[in-house]
Amino acid sequence: MSDSGYAIDVHGLNKHFGSKHVVKDLSLQVRKGEIFGFLGPNGSGKTTSIRMMCGLLTPDSGTGQCLGYELVRDADAIKRNVGYMTQKFSYWDDLTIRENLDFVARIYQMPNRREVVDRTLENLGLTTRASQLTGSLSGGWKQRLALAACMLHEPQLLLLDEPTAGVDPSARRDFWEELHRLAARGISVLVSTHYMDEAERCHKLAYIAYGQLLAQGTAAEVIAGQALSTWAISGDNLSSLSQALHGLPGVAQTVVFGGALHVSGNDDALLETTLREAIAGKPLQMTRVATGLEDVFIYMMNRSSDNFGPPP
Amino acid sequence: MMRWPGFSVARWWSIVLKEFLQLRRDRITFGMIVGLPIVQLALFGFAINTDPRHLSTAVIAAEHSEFTRSYLAALRNSDYFDIVATLPDEAAGRQALAQGRVQFVINIPAGFTRKLLRGERPALLVEADATDPAATGMALGALNLIAQSAMRKDLTGPLARLQAGPAAYDITVHRLYNAEGNTQYNVVPGLMGVILTMTMVMMTGLAMTRERERGTMENLLATPVRPIEVMTGKIIPYVAIGLIQASIILLAARFVFHVPFMGSIAAIYIAALLFIAANLTVGITLSSLAQNQLQAMQLTMFYFLPNLLLSGFMFPFRGMPQWAQFIGNLLPLTHFNRLIRGILLKGSGLAELWPSLWPLLLFTCVVMTVAVKFYRRTLD
Ligand SMILES: Nc1ncnc2c1ncn2[C@@H]1O[C@H](COP(=O)(O)OP(=O)(O)O)[C@@H](O)[C@H]1O
Ligand SMILES: [Mg+2]
Repeated sequence: MSDSGYAIDVHGLNKHFGSKHVVKDLSLQVRKGEIFGFLGPNGSGKTTSIRMMCGLLTPDSGTGQCLGYELVRDADAIKRNVGYMTQKFSYWDDLTIRENLDFVARIYQMPNRREVVDRTLENLGLTTRASQLTGSLSGGWKQRLALAACMLHEPQLLLLDEPTAGVDPSARRDFWEELHRLAARGISVLVSTHYMDEAERCHKLAYIAYGQLLAQGTAAEVIAGQALSTWAISGDNLSSLSQALHGLPGVAQTVVFGGALHVSGNDDALLETTLREAIAGKPLQMTRVATGLEDVFIYMMNRSSDNFGPPP
Repeated sequence: MMRWPGFSVARWWSIVLKEFLQLRRDRITFGMIVGLPIVQLALFGFAINTDPRHLSTAVIAAEHSEFTRSYLAALRNSDYFDIVATLPDEAAGRQALAQGRVQFVINIPAGFTRKLLRGERPALLVEADATDPAATGMALGALNLIAQSAMRKDLTGPLARLQAGPAAYDITVHRLYNAEGNTQYNVVPGLMGVILTMTMVMMTGLAMTRERERGTMENLLATPVRPIEVMTGKIIPYVAIGLIQASIILLAARFVFHVPFMGSIAAIYIAALLFIAANLTVGITLSSLAQNQLQAMQLTMFYFLPNLLLSGFMFPFRGMPQWAQFIGNLLPLTHFNRLIRGILLKGSGLAELWPSLWPLLLFTCVVMTVAVKFYRRTLD
């Protein structure tokens, strides 16, 4: 086991399904003790990438290590040391909660199996429902059970595929607090998500669209990397303004955010001129705002669909 | 816990436990375990009548004369009998019957022709393996007719007077093993193999595809569990089920159909255990080949049909064309049918059973290897 300081270090991973190029030249580094957010629209290849990292899919090309173990070659060691939470709940509905946890503890050959299972049940608050069939749990509870189960064998690296999809906000907050506690203990986490607020809670981010990794780094780095300036316009009839702005010089994109229209572009001076002309004589105000992650993600996705995606 | 490269008993046991727990909660499967043997016994317990031909026959000819030659020619022409061997004595004949190499032994005693010409009505001894009465019944019926027509042709001139009677000699038939010609004696033990084939292959055929369809396979694959542990762990509970089914059928055979139990119960269970293992490996292989449960069911049927048709359960094995016998010999059910009939009806011991035991062992090992080879360790 080499000690590169990286929990995940992969280079040039590719994966095809038939003629479909689902992951393209993915290179990604996750440091130990880091919470790494993996973002991207549906079907962009997040699940496929994660599956390659934990040995469930064989990359067509590329190399990499998880916890210092070589992908493919050391698949067994990776499986023993990584906790993987699948996007779709994948524990056994026809086993009870305790039986599921017990199965996991046995399969990882935990020496103190009973104790670990009891403690997990207690932490989950499921001790009294331990002999209930897992299939009867609600979505949120299944999510929590799955997370607890994939951490049962105390892995040093967690790969979590949309762990908070369909979970209510307060449960999500608890979940993220737990993730930060784990990270503080030196456990590394790669977590894919859809939620922007969650993206901001990660130490590092990667954004993937159509199989292409478009940006990687801290939130600030990702935002800075696109060199966008953004103006917020408020007032009435914003949707017709949005249409009118399309294609004008300096305007890269328009996005409605609550009561305001965010307009972004790469050439700040040109954008400002265009906007001032556009709102002249109308009851609208414009202010410069900091470009947010969401602006950047939308920008990147639109650009990538021009470059790599299917025809709109 | 015991450990050696690639296999962990602890992990294997976790799979076994999980399968037992899931099985316990699966009412439909449980119903099948008990219901299927009962329904099948009721359906097939009735005779399946057939009129098989080309049955292998051995001849012990103590003398060669024109009459014996023409009689044997008539036998051959009848389509019922294929003379496959000429044996020196009765002991050799008995052995050939016991091993199932021939269905009939026709014994032409010394002095037959002389007695015939003197009008002493000599006896022609026919020994038949009546284990499967369907296979022997019609052929035995044909024997007398054949005798008459053969005589008519040969007894001419001064001997024509001998034609007068129904036949100039007697045919003595010894039905061995199942003297009363009771079809159920044959069908009911045969049914054991058929039911076990169907339920074992079907239930394990679904074992892997079920995990795949429910998405739990992804979880299983993400753990360090190994293919051999999953495969063997998953079939263990079905071994128990197979033995329960075998017991149900044996009880019915004994107390409902009054099938004689000539051999030892231990031998029956050893044969059953081997046969169950053979079928489970088939099931688990099919289930790693199949993409979904429907495909698994189709593959099960695809496997089941030749077993049903070519194993000697439906049609007497020796009556089938060569190519069908060849395929039949590759199928576990064929060998199990020989074993179970041998044990129950003939009281065969290990020595006589061995020719049918080793093919089952070999089959199980080969198929298990294939199963592990075909197990997909990734989701690719
Ligand atoms: N096993 C598979 N066979 C064929 N195509 C697949 C398979 N798994 C995923 N895909 C396709 O690959 C693309 C990426 O999927 P996925 O990795 O699940 O994306 P994400 O997790 O980002 O939503 C999708 O277009 C999906 O349809
Ligand atoms: Mg996904």
